[in-house]
Parts: sequence; structure tokens; C-alpha cells
Amino acid sequence: MSTSRTQAELYPAAGEVSRDAAGSTFAEVDDSDRIVPAIEFRDVVLAFDDRVILDKLSFKVMKGETKIILGGSGGGKSTIIKLVLGLLKPDEGRILVDGEDITDFNEVQMMIVRKKIGMVFQEGALFDSLSVYDNVAYRLHEQGRAEDEVEPEVRRMLRFVNLEDAIDKMPAELSGGMRRRVGIARALIGDPKIVLFDEPTAGLDPPTARTICELAMKLRDLEDVSSIFVTHEMNNLDYLCSEYAVVNEEGQVVFEREGERLCLINSKVMMMLEGKIIFSGTDETLRKAENPYIHKFLRGH
Amino acid sequence: MNFVTRSIFELQETTVMTARAVAGVFKGPRYISETITQMDVIGVGSLTIILLTGFFTGGVLTLQTFPTLAAYSAQGQTGKLVAISLIRELGPVLCALMVTGRVGSAIAAELGSMTASQQIDAMRALGTDPIKKLVAPRLIALIVTLPLLTVVADVMGIGGGGIAATTLYGLSINEFVTSVREGITGNDVIGGVIKPICFAIIIASVACYKGLTTEGGTVGVGRSTTRAVVTASIVVIVADFFLARGLQYLLGMPVN
Repeated sequence: MSTSRTQAELYPAAGEVSRDAAGSTFAEVDDSDRIVPAIEFRDVVLAFDDRVILDKLSFKVMKGETKIILGGSGGGKSTIIKLVLGLLKPDEGRILVDGEDITDFNEVQMMIVRKKIGMVFQEGALFDSLSVYDNVAYRLHEQGRAEDEVEPEVRRMLRFVNLEDAIDKMPAELSGGMRRRVGIARALIGDPKIVLFDEPTAGLDPPTARTICELAMKLRDLEDVSSIFVTHEMNNLDYLCSEYAVVNEEGQVVFEREGERLCLINSKVMMMLEGKIIFSGTDETLRKAENPYIHKFLRGH
Repeated sequence: MNFVTRSIFELQETTVMTARAVAGVFKGPRYISETITQMDVIGVGSLTIILLTGFFTGGVLTLQTFPTLAAYSAQGQTGKLVAISLIRELGPVLCALMVTGRVGSAIAAELGSMTASQQIDAMRALGTDPIKKLVAPRLIALIVTLPLLTVVADVMGIGGGGIAATTLYGLSINEFVTSVREGITGNDVIGGVIKPICFAIIIASVACYKGLTTEGGTVGVGRSTTRAVVTASIVVIVADFFLARGLQYLLGMPVN
């Protein structure tokens, strides 16, 4: 896992920070494929019987970008994630992952696409009958990888989420926050370049929620991971849109607020209401939006 | 969707799921250790209830039929009646119903709670086909173990019937065993094994389908479990009638 990358590396192709502008401070990266969105929805429609869940939804998640999807319960946020994974199929429209149209893929083809994607479920969705080690190692075990290859990978991932001590525990012995973190470690095994978070902080205390957001920031800023972060909690938005992870001179990961050294450009916000996008942009523009629903959502009244 | 449409839809979906599970057996990855674990859970785990059910069913058959046969001076035929009843009908059906209650409910509840807690979605997201990983091993385990459990139930039933006949009615054990041997034909045994294989497919398919289609959280798990047991039990009994009729023709058993 590389830990030396910084913000400016991640977006040279997006036009905001060119490689030349980055100069010698930043490492050279191959940015030729960065113009291809990691995830793209084109006019996606999904309805269950007469109830329209997604209504002509179109958006892109660029490489290295975190798309925060806000909205009330039942607004179709989690459905988006299920569509990306192919757990549901749209009625109309196209879905592209890494430039590849997956809309008509069958289950066998989707299995290959899913190898590129890590998914963090709302409650962790850990396998109750397996230990933490076996949960995290699940994907590698399924691929038939040798145990001496699997163990160092599992330990590396559990270190990433600060849970190496819990390696032999069963899911029932873990707290809610620990379950989510194990869920993140399981999602990250195999180093997927796309990670989907489905309300990963729901029901957690603020410090634990902050820890989960920090992990998402580390992935975004240090691992160049593209992600969709579904949430309805405003503090998640504050963390993800105003802070970034860097490695300091002692080699430790620290979180700095934007404005001190750079402005965050790789976190975008999208707000949904009844299957439609009512806002798409940055957190700053979200806070200035005139829409009464957005006002109510941000202020709680 | 009305009841008829829903039933046809569920039948179609269950059949497709079962066909995919069977196809999965011939294509990798194969979950052999999972299948062996399921055989242990289903087969060895159900042994006690099957032993008890078989033994006492045989006993009560003797208890109820001996006096009637004695009225026609045919008490020597008790062994034949007990053996044929058990091997052709009561063994397979009672075993299937007991296994539906014990194993079908457990499968539906386990898969249902996995569905409700998004573990099935997680499995798919991690690149595993839940039908290969969860349905196929349970289906194979039931197909292997239910006929064996049925044979055990038949043997225990005949034993129970024999003990009841000798201890309660003073019939000699030799007379009972001779009557049993005269009564059973090879076709009875074949039919008695074909039936549990069909019942195993029914129980596994219904329980897995109901579990995997659970909706509505923990309440939904309870609902799926109940529906799995009720549906599988009814389908087993209905299928038994048609199987019995089909076997009569196929194996040349007496039809009148």
C-alpha cells in the first residue's frame, strides 16, 4: 500500500492541478486513463411495481473522487450502490464501471466486475459463522489463494483499520464500530480501486463515526480510491469535504483542514429526493443552495 | 399478484434456483467441505429424532393393526403389514416431515437471517455465487442423507413393530420376521429410496428459496421459516400421492 501520495497527484488530469504545476514536489503519475469515470450513470430508471425509485439519474464519479450522496431514507441512495454492484438491474439507462458498460452483464460477468469493487455495508454484514480473520480473508479464500499469502494481507488490512488485536474474535464479540471497521477491511482486501460505503456511520457514536470517515479519507487521499459514500449525517459531510489525509515527516498519517495548504477538489456532494438529483456540486455550494428541502436537511428544521 | 400467479411465479423461481444449484455442482468452485458439514448437520443431527420416530411408528402400527388382523385370524401377517406400510409410505413421508420440521426450518431461518442482515448481498459483492455456496451443498446433503435416514427409520420401525408384537401380543419373533421377509419386495425398497430423493429436492428447494427471498427483517425471517415448513410439508404430501401412483406403474406394483 503506498502511503506517500498526496492530493495533487490524484487530480492532474482533471485540469485543476497539472503535472507541470505540481513540479518536483509531487511524484510523476500516469494520468492517461483518469479521464474515464470510475462510475457513470446515464439516465438510469428503476421502479418497483408502480413506485419509481430512481428517475432518469445521471452522474459520474471520477477516478480518485469521493461522491457523497445525501438524502432522506427511502430516497434511492442505497439502490444506487446495489446497481453499481449489479445486485439490481435498471429498467432503463446505462451503468458504466471503469468505462465498461455493465448494464446487461450476467451474474458470471458481474463476478469479474465485483473484484474491482469493495463494498461496506450499513451494519457491516459480517458472516456470523466466520471469525474476523476468515471474514477479512473471505475474498482471498474464495480465490483459492494459499494461506501463507492470505495471512499477511489480512493483517495488513486489519492494521489499516486499527483492529489487528481482534483477528481471532467472532463478529458477535465486536462492537458496532468494530464491525463496520472489519467490514471496511474485508471490502479493501485485494486493493479494489472503487469502494462503496452504504451509510457506514449510521447508529455509531461521534468518535467512532469520525474514525470511519478518517478511513474513507485515507483511502481517498493516500490510496487513490474512487468511492461513493452514502449518508444522511451532516458531520460525515463536514469531515469528508473539509479535511484530507497526509503523511507527515514522521511517517504518520495526519488529517489537515483544507485552506491551510490546499483546497479539496476530490469530494463532491450529490443530494437526492424521491429518486431525483436535486443538487450536485461542492459542499460550499450546497450550503448556499436555495432549495427548501436542502435548507431543512442541513438545519434539521 | 394474486395467489395463483404468485404460486406459479414462486414455482418457476424455485425451479430455476434448483437447476442453477445442480448445474453449479458440475462447475467449479465446488464447496466439498461445506457439503460434508451440511451432511453432518442434516444427517447425523437428525438421527436421534428419526430413530425415535421410526421405532414408535412401527410400534403403534402393530398396536393398532394386530387386533384387527387377529379378528380375521391373520395376526401372522402383522410383520408384512408393518413392513409394507413403513417402507412404501410411512418411512419416507414421516422422515421427510420430520426433516422438514428440523432441517427445512433451520435452512430457511439461517438463509433468511443472512438475507436480512445483507450477508447474501455481501457474499455476492465479494464475488461468490450464494446458490453455489449455500444452496448446492444443502441440496446435495439432503439428497444423500434423507434416503439413508429413511432406511434407518424403516429398520427401526420394523424393530419397534416386532418388539410390540412379541411383548404385547405374544407373537413369536420368528413369525414376525418371516412375515416381514415375505411381504417386502425389491420394488418396495427401490420405491422407498426414490421417494426420499424427491422429497429431499423439495425440502431443500423450498427452504432455500424461502430463506433467500426473505423480506422485512427479523419478522420476515420468522415468516419465511413458517412458510418454508408449511409449503414443504404440503408439497411433500401432495407429491407423495403422485409418486406413489407413478411408482405403481413404473415398478409394476399392484394397482388394485
